[in-house]
Amino acid sequence: MRAFTYERASSVEAAAKAAASNPEAKFIAGGTNLLDLMKLEIETPTHLIDVNDLGLDKIEPTQEGGLRIGALVRNTDLAAHKTVRRDYGLLSRALLAGASGQLRNKASTAGNLLQRTRCPYFYDTNQPCNKRQPGSGCSAIGGFSRQHAVVGTSEACIATNPSDMAIAMRALDAVVETVKGDGSRRAIPIADFHRLPGDTPYIETVLEAGEIITAVVLPPPIGGRQIYRKVRDRASYAFALVSVGAVIQPNGTGRIAVGGVAHKPWRVEAAEAELPTGVRAATGVLLADARPTEQNRFKVELVERTLAAVISEARG
Amino acid sequence: MQFDTPATTNPIDRLKVVGQPIHRIDGQLKTTGRAMYAYEWNDPNVSYAYGYPVGAAIAKGRIKSMDVSDAKKAPGVLAVVTTLDVGELKKGNFNTAKLFGGDEVQHYHQAIAVVVAETFEQARAAAALVRVDYAEEKGVFDLGKAMDTAVKPEESQEPDTAVGDFDVAFTSAPVTLDETYTTPDQSHCMMEPHASIAAWNGDELTVWTSSQMIDWWRSDLATTLGIDKEKLHLMSPFIGGGFGGKLFLRADAVLAAFGAKEAGRPVKVALPRPLMPNNTTHRPATIQRVRIGADRDGRITAIAHQSWSGDLPGGGPETAVNQTRLLYAGANRMTAMRLAALDLPEGNAMRAPGEAPGLMALEIAIDEMAEKLGMDPVQFRILNDTQVDPENPERPFSQRNLIGCLEVGAERFGWNQRRGPGSRRDGNWLIGVGVAAAFRNNLLVPSGARVRLDREGIVTVETDMTDIGTGSYTIIAQTAAEMLGLPIEKVAVQLGDSRFPVSAGSGGQFGGNCSTAGVYAACVKLREAVAQKLGFNSDDVVFENGQVRSGNRAVLLAEAAGSDGLVGEDTIEWGDLSKTHQQSTFGAHFVEVGVDVATGESRIRRMLAVCAAGRILNPITARSQVIGAMTMGVGGALYEELAVDTRSGFFVNHDLAGYEVPVHADIPRQEVIFMEETDPMSSPMKAKGVGELGLCGVSAAIANAIYNATGIRVRRYPITLDKLIGGLPDVA
Ligand SMILES: Cc1cc2nc3c(=O)[nH]c(=O)nc-3n(C[C@H](O)[C@H](O)[C@H](O)COP(=O)(O)OP(=O)(O)OC[C@H]3O[C@@H](n4cnc5c(N)ncnc54)[C@H](O)[C@@H]3O)c2cc1C
Ligand code: SF4
Repeated sequence: MRAFTYERASSVEAAAKAAASNPEAKFIAGGTNLLDLMKLEIETPTHLIDVNDLGLDKIEPTQEGGLRIGALVRNTDLAAHKTVRRDYGLLSRALLAGASGQLRNKASTAGNLLQRTRCPYFYDTNQPCNKRQPGSGCSAIGGFSRQHAVVGTSEACIATNPSDMAIAMRALDAVVETVKGDGSRRAIPIADFHRLPGDTPYIETVLEAGEIITAVVLPPPIGGRQIYRKVRDRASYAFALVSVGAVIQPNGTGRIAVGGVAHKPWRVEAAEAELPTGVRAATGVLLADARPTEQNRFKVELVERTLAAVISEARG
Repeated sequence: MQFDTPATTNPIDRLKVVGQPIHRIDGQLKTTGRAMYAYEWNDPNVSYAYGYPVGAAIAKGRIKSMDVSDAKKAPGVLAVVTTLDVGELKKGNFNTAKLFGGDEVQHYHQAIAVVVAETFEQARAAAALVRVDYAEEKGVFDLGKAMDTAVKPEESQEPDTAVGDFDVAFTSAPVTLDETYTTPDQSHCMMEPHASIAAWNGDELTVWTSSQMIDWWRSDLATTLGIDKEKLHLMSPFIGGGFGGKLFLRADAVLAAFGAKEAGRPVKVALPRPLMPNNTTHRPATIQRVRIGADRDGRITAIAHQSWSGDLPGGGPETAVNQTRLLYAGANRMTAMRLAALDLPEGNAMRAPGEAPGLMALEIAIDEMAEKLGMDPVQFRILNDTQVDPENPERPFSQRNLIGCLEVGAERFGWNQRRGPGSRRDGNWLIGVGVAAAFRNNLLVPSGARVRLDREGIVTVETDMTDIGTGSYTIIAQTAAEMLGLPIEKVAVQLGDSRFPVSAGSGGQFGGNCSTAGVYAACVKLREAVAQKLGFNSDDVVFENGQVRSGNRAVLLAEAAGSDGLVGEDTIEWGDLSKTHQQSTFGAHFVEVGVDVATGESRIRRMLAVCAAGRILNPITARSQVIGAMTMGVGGALYEELAVDTRSGFFVNHDLAGYEVPVHADIPRQEVIFMEETDPMSSPMKAKGVGELGLCGVSAAIANAIYNATGIRVRRYPITLDKLIGGLPDVA
């Protein structure tokens, strides 16, 4: 870990301004991802701006009938929130499928959205990795790639986004609210928030320098059976090989977002339109352009089978 | 004491303390955080400095140069010592890989420098500033591809064995099996990382470390540093797990010693978790071919087990065929081991080396064979039991109750409810049950102890034996208490210090039996000293209730000790009983699994182990050993695998996020039954070991249960869902 300076921001605007003026600054929320990465010098900010004291820890109803979740609401609190459990069960279930109790007590909503990949080569600073060191190459391609993405990949990177929460947010059409360095605000639909790796796998979201997340807004509840199915090697405390977040309506229509397969929460609206036809058809569209490696080819079939199980659970 | 005739009745047989379910005497220290592990030693008068290791970034080659100028200038840095600075060092006896010194890189993350600073954080930051210029060389990293180049290992390993004519018997057998199984490289993943504190005083060195084998470390560290062994004082009173990963000297101790010398201060070094899998040792991967031939009524007529493994040049094979020489009958048999030179990190002992991976293969093969014969796998094993060494029928087992374990286990588990493959279902779960035999040899190693009796009537045991979480403190206290007729509260135990008599140490599941036998021997000496001092005829002396009695005289032990106290010291040494009699431990594992019909995730539902392993010295600590081992077997069956990057030659998933071991949610009900057994051939304690037996066979029982659940036979560990998913029923 490199030496760094530290400040506790006093307002959202001040935090964004400070971050925008210093390209080597980073926000710190729960620190459960950032500090680990700093210890290994995968992240090397020289300045940390603590955003814990900005009053961003509230969950409030919106005028539209949705829910505004402050960026600093802890994963534990969000999962346990009454309205979330009642109206957005998918979100609660996805959160509880992630990490451990201790981590969820610290992990924040914004931090969870911005957590970085778990590609093991990304974590080993001796190894080439385009995401960590642009232009150095991708060790996972042709290497140990069992966990990696099968769809939306590029020649530069095949990493996945490991977040469980983000899968639920994607299925629920959440909107990310931010404040930029110049004080302006914007609302980014979650579909546009995370990027595919392309040639620039180190750019993972559309956030600009210094832009701070203030809240994530959920639209009014959409009902349906809300299921999160996380498939993993061991029963707990492991990242997903594949996960399916689903909201299935009584008439058989629904929304599907899939984790563990891409650089972002993977949702294809055209695939959802195939749901009434059947799981195989829907998966065919969902993973139409899949380019798995030898080691992760199984994920394609696993998505289909997991989706089938989820659909039958929703009907049952 | 020379143990060369079978034990007769002795004071241990009273079983007032030994054999009783006594909670760990060091338990409170551990649960209250007062047990000091290596890195935690803290003398408030000493200002410790912190060393952070640098690991090689290549798997094979040479270091052309190292630039430490930035590291040296970094805040708080006191010293930087590189592998080039110290030059070639002598290698200890027990390591294959060099730990430090010289320009050669033999494996990834080999220690190449230590940076010492005022704080841990400063040392870590500065370590990242060390720049290294390598001349990388091509290496061999893929066991599968290197198989053809594998050679016969040293004769001392008994690489080839043969009895009868296997080929003829196998070819003519009416029912045969010929299958190949693979087990991956596995990492010990003990909770406490390798850690040492080194403090020099002139030419004398004191090291607090985390070692299973004090004397081995002491010799090897002295050799590596080029100092006199007598000048080296080693302490390792508490160890947060080892599983064989701390049998042999590791780089942390060497780096701490060099760092402390250079910095002129005591230095602490712990291996960072991500360095551990590649820097230290691991259980090597194996490729195993098993062939079995039987007649139609199920009697094995031919059995062959061949194993290929790899290691750094100069290393040894994983002895995965050993149990097959002894476990089942059969007149025609052969085993063979072949060793390939690989440039991966050093392969070496991990809990039940040999038997653990060997049984992972053999016990699937036995299950497959039973199925071919249309026999119940429990019955097939019982039918092929042998009470003598099949290679040498003159040589009986000292005790062998595999049949009892299988029968009791089958009864308790409800084995008769087993159905054919793929025929039981519970909601989304395909349910299956599996069985496997457990087998691990009983090894005998000399072990010494010193026992002091003081005027308060307190007995203090001193031995360099270690407690790696197994319960050594407790069973040693029980032994001394039993021998001297005292309650356990009157016994203090001091372990893991090189000033104490050399013991067996903790390894090969021999520690429990051998170290307590050493304490027994020392107590016999102390009893003689007490009797002699009191003028008692030592033949009729009884030690009981804190007193020593002879005829109608009785004296309190405290009184007998007098103001100077009394001391007994001895070492147990072993005669030929292990040659005349095969000494082994046996067990049976029964497992029920559920496999998710859609995803192929396998989850354990219940587990039962039945063990026949001599006298159980303490049913609580023994049970802990067995359930811990069963848990490890779950990891081995279902997910533990060091993923080899065969291009650059290293284990990629080198932390606890990438290398998954079981978590609580993976472990359901575990039951352990110990069969009544005493083995007078094994030691005066009549005990053997259970710590490794508990692991042997578990993974195969799980594999067999998965087969029973799904009808899919996976012969390549770990059995992850990707190996099942293609064969599961349609769910779409
Ligand atoms: C052992 C382990 C297991 C885990 N398992 C899982 C799992 O199974 N599933 C899962 O989904 N996750 C898992 N996680 C990841 C965990 O969910 C994340 O670490 C956590 O959500 C990050 O939140 P944080 O508040 O601690 O973020 P931090 O570490 O504080 O920050 C993460 C990133 O977000 C940025 N950031 C933080 N707040 C803001 C803001 N308001 N505006 C802009 N940028 C911001 C930081 O600059 C940083 O780049 C695991 C983590 C660990 C350590
Ligand atoms: S997959 Fe992405 S993160 Fe992993 S090594 Fe390749 S570039 Fe780096």
